[in-house]
Amino acid sequence: MKASVWNDEKLEVLVGKLLQAGVLFSAAVVFLGAIIYLIRHGTEPITLGAFHGEPYDLRTIRGILKLARVGRGRGIIQLGLLLLVATPIARVILSIFGFAKERDHLYVALTSVVFVILLYSLLVSV
Amino acid sequence: MTILEFSVLVCAGSLVAGLVGALTGLGGGVVLVPLLTLLFKVDIHYAAGASLVSVIATSSGAAAAYVREGFSNIRIGMFLEIATTLGAIFGAHLAAHVSTHAIAIVFGLVLLFSAYFSSKPRTQAQRSLPPDRLATRLRLNGQFPEAGGSRSYNVQKVPTGWSLMFVAGGLSGLLGIGSGAMKVLAMDQAMKIPFKVSTTTSNFMIGVTAAASAGLYLKHGFIDPGLAMPVMLGVLAGSLIGARLLIHLHPKWLRLGFSLVIVALGIEMLYSGITGRI
Repeated sequence: MKASVWNDEKLEVLVGKLLQAGVLFSAAVVFLGAIIYLIRHGTEPITLGAFHGEPYDLRTIRGILKLARVGRGRGIIQLGLLLLVATPIARVILSIFGFAKERDHLYVALTSVVFVILLYSLLVSV
Repeated sequence: MTILEFSVLVCAGSLVAGLVGALTGLGGGVVLVPLLTLLFKVDIHYAAGASLVSVIATSSGAAAAYVREGFSNIRIGMFLEIATTLGAIFGAHLAAHVSTHAIAIVFGLVLLFSAYFSSKPRTQAQRSLPPDRLATRLRLNGQFPEAGGSRSYNVQKVPTGWSLMFVAGGLSGLLGIGSGAMKVLAMDQAMKIPFKVSTTTSNFMIGVTAAASAGLYLKHGFIDPGLAMPVMLGVLAGSLIGARLLIHLHPKWLRLGFSLVIVALGIEMLYSGITGRI
């Protein structure tokens, strides 16, 4: 029991640091996109009072990658936000490996269920 | 207002929200949506999208700090995340189909509940509860460091807690918030998990819960990069500063003041929703 607790903690500390790094990296990407976006569109008036929904390319992972690749500010911001959404998902994946290493089959299964639910949500936006 | 002016103002407002949210432990997300809709006149769908993104940033950003304290219980978190993520997907679907008035009204009620919950005196932790059969089979019972060794706890009422977590996830998906207060309620009050363990495990769950609705938010076009950008950067900076200060500071007056702000925003959201201004 003692060993298992220690393993949990070691894994958690590692995952925590990884998450923090992921958040800072995604923030850096968002910031880069922000600079491009503000330089190009900073002087235009803002229009968020009524909901129109984002243009199609900013709603799908494929569209976002396309826009980010050609250096569009809004595309790069969305890419950074996608990376941010990926951080908790990475945490879930790492936890599956952690539980597998501890031979905790029950929690490998339960954590995999969480992963499948997350995957479902992401796949609707491919 | 130009896009540049708007970005700077929203970023500053989000920084304050993130800072105060971290200092009071109430989370900044809950005031972000009212701030954006009432003050900046942003549509509530865009506001929820930006808030949801910032919730992920604070949860993942603070993970390392929380883990070091040794309170969070990863098994409780994972098991309950099945409920919160399913709820979040349900809530995110709902967000795309109900009127903005209805969202504003639910939001107002959640704000008032959060303020009430945070001002309520904490119930004394019941010690040495008998182990529950289901909790034991799920290996949810645990221990945490305390002065002079470690204290163990036995988790109670697993089905009740799980159901409350589904509701918490649903509110998170509907409103774009972390619904930390509701998560803590489910763990601390229903499942009798020690308060410290409940709050840190809740923080750990918030990011995963929010990630479950993020895909749907993106698909429905709720996530506007022009709004999410200043909000995410502001809240993240604010919460990181707040987490640094928190170790030395326990501002009671700030907590009280922030609760009053939440009540005022809750009433304003309710009023705006009922009169159809949102």
